Amino acid sequence: MIWIYLIITLLGNAPPRIFDVPNDGGNALRVEWQLPPDSLGKVDSMLILRKTLPEGKVDTIAKVFTNHPEFVDEGVNYKKAYRYSILYFIGPVQIQSKWSSPAKPIASWIDTRKIPLFILMILYTTILLVYIFTARKGRELYLRPIAGLEAVDEAVGRATEMGRPIVYIPGLSTISDVATIAALNILAHITKKAGEYETKIIVPVRNPVVYTIAREVVKEAYYTIGRPDLFDPGQVYFATDSQFGYAAHVSALMTREKSATNFFMGMFWAESLILAETGASTGAIQVAGTDAVTQLPFFVVTCDYTLIGEELYAASAYLSKEPLLTASIKGQDQMKLLIMVAMILLSLLSVFGVNITLGLF
Amino acid sequence: MLQRRIPLVIVFITGVLMSIQYFIPHPVSQSAYNIALTWFRGVSSMAYAIAVISFVRHHSRRLKQPQNSFYSAVALAAFLFMCIVGFGFGIEEGTVFYKMYLNVQVPLQATTFSLLAFYMASAAYRAFRVKGFEATLLLITAFIVMFGVTTIGNYIPFIPKLTEWLMAVPNLASKRGILIGVGLGMISTSLKIILGIERNWLGG
Repeated sequence: MIWIYLIITLLGNAPPRIFDVPNDGGNALRVEWQLPPDSLGKVDSMLILRKTLPEGKVDTIAKVFTNHPEFVDEGVNYKKAYRYSILYFIGPVQIQSKWSSPAKPIASWIDTRKIPLFILMILYTTILLVYIFTARKGRELYLRPIAGLEAVDEAVGRATEMGRPIVYIPGLSTISDVATIAALNILAHITKKAGEYETKIIVPVRNPVVYTIAREVVKEAYYTIGRPDLFDPGQVYFATDSQFGYAAHVSALMTREKSATNFFMGMFWAESLILAETGASTGAIQVAGTDAVTQLPFFVVTCDYTLIGEELYAASAYLSKEPLLTASIKGQDQMKLLIMVAMILLSLLSVFGVNITLGLF
Repeated sequence: MLQRRIPLVIVFITGVLMSIQYFIPHPVSQSAYNIALTWFRGVSSMAYAIAVISFVRHHSRRLKQPQNSFYSAVALAAFLFMCIVGFGFGIEEGTVFYKMYLNVQVPLQATTFSLLAFYMASAAYRAFRVKGFEATLLLITAFIVMFGVTTIGNYIPFIPKLTEWLMAVPNLASKRGILIGVGLGMISTSLKIILGIERNWLGG
């Protein structure tokens, strides 16, 4: 015990070394100290002390039980400087190291770990913009037919013929979800189409923010086709924000109103099957679209047409046939081709033992 | 015209700033992000007030329709009751509001969730009917996977390994394929909205 005490007195007396944690907002410093290898298990615990400058206030920031000689202090501010010391407990004896020299955390302006992602984003944006400018010049771009979107006309037409309403569900997520935005874009197209045939469309919404936007989307869509008189404030409404309460409400709505067509677009969770299966039992034609991979099988089974993943995002461009929107889909396809080529090449290289991650993983 | 241009300009500026913000860890950038979040919360709380008005208006209108009046009356009565007990006596543990939530709403939600088991059986029956090559393949795969996660399946030598392989290779590969497409679709949609090419969220 005495020799451990002596070694720590000699070595542990040395001040800890302080390093800045890179790529952060200047809110972390890494404290490193050295213990002789023989002291492993002999030191009961250690206290890490921090002195804030210029005030000189001393805080105990952590109690460390292991002999792992490193600690990241995430409670610092980039505007202040700090000094650190380690207090060792060996049985009844306490030994304190010298205070380290002052260290100031650096607030980074660029997260270097995200640079590959940034380059990829710029590359993708450039490809999209090139296609958009190509479309502006008037070049026609081909989009492969998507069965689910080809069926929109048929679905709206069916509701018109039967004289029954269309039920449109814009997902259950918030407006921060891109799938919800995509669902609202599709809602505008379907409302216009339904408005042309004077078919009623009912939009029960789960999220209050989505409700206010969906209401405006429907209203504006009627204005665009020159039929503002068709807008009924009661057709877009807030149902409830409870997940299964919403599922129960929509199931009841589909059963009671006997909707001819149901659209399920956006983000869904466990309620997807309850909604789609109820809709199928009423005999309605159903079109679903989601990027929730776990819910896709349920929609595929219960709906007549399903937009899988990215098809949901392509739907707006496909339905509008607007050249600029179509161009963005072509750009997306080119990026996918690039990713596929990169994946094949990197996989082949890894087979031969060359592992390149492009800094993305 | 301005009614459309102003939102588009706001979206463009906010979209570009927030995209750049993601790559900057500096506290200045973080505080800008926090301000945006605070604004979002503020807007959301106002939207809640509008949503409550919509709820009351929707069900009040339906009270006049004989086929819907009973359900809407129940919805309105429950809403009013919870408002009165919530605002009047608080929502803490032990209050009427808390008890109603725990003993009425939670069991109702659980009941609806439990219905999923029956819906799943019905959907599975439809999916696994042998109608063609793909459906047969799906039936066999589903049988192996379901069997592999049961106790009996674990006693058959190759079944657990085959289940694991099915989940880790063909299933995961297709999932990843979809997810890559979804990721690109998300960026593309966001970019279209930021650049003002996609305007359907404004009504077309």
